Amino acid sequence: MKTLILTIVALALGAGPALAQETVRIGSEGAYPPYNFINDDNELDGFERELGDELCERAELTCEWVINDWDTIIPNLVAGNYDAIMAGMSITEARSEIISFTQSYFPPDPSAYAALAGSDDSVIDGVVAAQSNTIQSGHVAETEASLLEYPTPDETIAAVRSGEADAVLADKAFLEPIVEQSGSELVFIGDDIMLGGGIGMGLRQSDDELRETFDAVIGEMKQDGSLNELIGKWFGEDAARF
Amino acid sequence: MFPFCTDPAALPQWQWFACYLTSGTHLAFYWSFVVVIILVVLAAPASLLLGFAGAVALRSRYAVLRWLGQGYTAMVRGVPDVVFFLFVPIAVDQTLEYLMHQVRCPHWEGPVRRGNDFVVCAQAKLPSSSAAAWVHDVYAFALALLAFALVFGAFAAHTLSGAMRAVPKAQTETAEAFGMTRGQAFRRVLMPQMWIYALPGLSNLWMILIKATPLLFLLGIQDIVYWARELGGSKTAFYTYPHPDWRLWYFLAVLVFYLALTWVSERGFSRLMDRMSVGQDTAGGERLRRARA
Repeated sequence: MKTLILTIVALALGAGPALAQETVRIGSEGAYPPYNFINDDNELDGFERELGDELCERAELTCEWVINDWDTIIPNLVAGNYDAIMAGMSITEARSEIISFTQSYFPPDPSAYAALAGSDDSVIDGVVAAQSNTIQSGHVAETEASLLEYPTPDETIAAVRSGEADAVLADKAFLEPIVEQSGSELVFIGDDIMLGGGIGMGLRQSDDELRETFDAVIGEMKQDGSLNELIGKWFGEDAARF
Repeated sequence: MFPFCTDPAALPQWQWFACYLTSGTHLAFYWSFVVVIILVVLAAPASLLLGFAGAVALRSRYAVLRWLGQGYTAMVRGVPDVVFFLFVPIAVDQTLEYLMHQVRCPHWEGPVRRGNDFVVCAQAKLPSSSAAAWVHDVYAFALALLAFALVFGAFAAHTLSGAMRAVPKAQTETAEAFGMTRGQAFRRVLMPQMWIYALPGLSNLWMILIKATPLLFLLGIQDIVYWARELGGSKTAFYTYPHPDWRLWYFLAVLVFYLALTWVSERGFSRLMDRMSVGQDTAGGERLRRARA
């Protein structure tokens, strides 16, 4: 009896099988096509889904995707709810103080303003919508425009359509399909602006090992051109490449 | 879902909608309604239990228990719900993981808190990283349930303690005069009579509980509101079923759902009230007695 109890206790306290390989959980927003979005089959889809799966396969890791709100995506990473972020997150100095980044897997990409057709360029200094905690919202706050923040990217577009905001500032790659398919309801306004240092995978600062692993496979995919191929597939032939 | 759904773009309207409304994301949307109902059905008895314990502690003979009860109700009732909903799951999760870490990885080197990071060994992760997605969902749901029970338990404690005081003192005094102990008088005389006084307050709490369920969304659970916003948003051709901004319709459906839920509860409570009033020395009981006479 005593041994039985001891065995159960030992098992319960996790002398259990030491898994050779832990699952790496990757957090994403799932609301930012074509970077990442939840498709109609309720699965995460998009450029980052495909890239992440490929990276994990090359690094021989088992990966699991987790959907998390954009606004809490960094706090939940450092709290350990998942181990990495792939959510169209630009590498910035402010973020680098809290988390660490791999090398970029998406080159610095222009951001652009979009507004209702017929607006003139002055709307850039009017009421501008942007998703909260993004490089774009940071940029609008520095301009003369009044910033209107929304928790999801889709709401920033809806705000322009409903007239709540005069314009929206977001990644051009995100806006492009929306503007194209709006039936000339929406147009790009003003010049593109370069913000951020490309998109990288975010990791806990204490997780050097995982960062080096992913860094290596991202480098490998840059070398053999497969990353460029993937960018072409999701962002069109005109997209910036490495 | 249906065999004709292979190429939605070419479908006539009713078929397109039939396919659209049965897509994977919509099934998840429908499931989230069930999750909300499960939450209220589990959170209500849990809060009632906590509330009862709190109410008993509040009227305890022992000062320590009274202080505990007062501390609990004062703290929870004095802090905004949202703060508590955000605090409890994180605090409980990290405390559990820290304890697991101490037990399972005693020889771990380095601190648990490193700069911004909260790092425990892989064996102490709750749930384990390699656990299936549904395990993570159930864990998150359980933490949310705990937060709901704690918050609503504090309110229920006040309601119940008020109800205990509302039972005429002569009742318990008579019971004790018949030789019952304090405990017997409480169980046999006070408890059966207190519910009629507690019911209006408890029904109020139930309504507030139902209306508070969208807070699940704050805790990272994909609830009704999350799906209404996600599905209603305009969709480009990256999606199988592109459509413009339909959030109005989705939120309308959510509104109807909550209204139906509270309407049904309202009727349920008014029946319960009638049933409990039978034979009670209250205005409601008197009305029933006259109606039958």
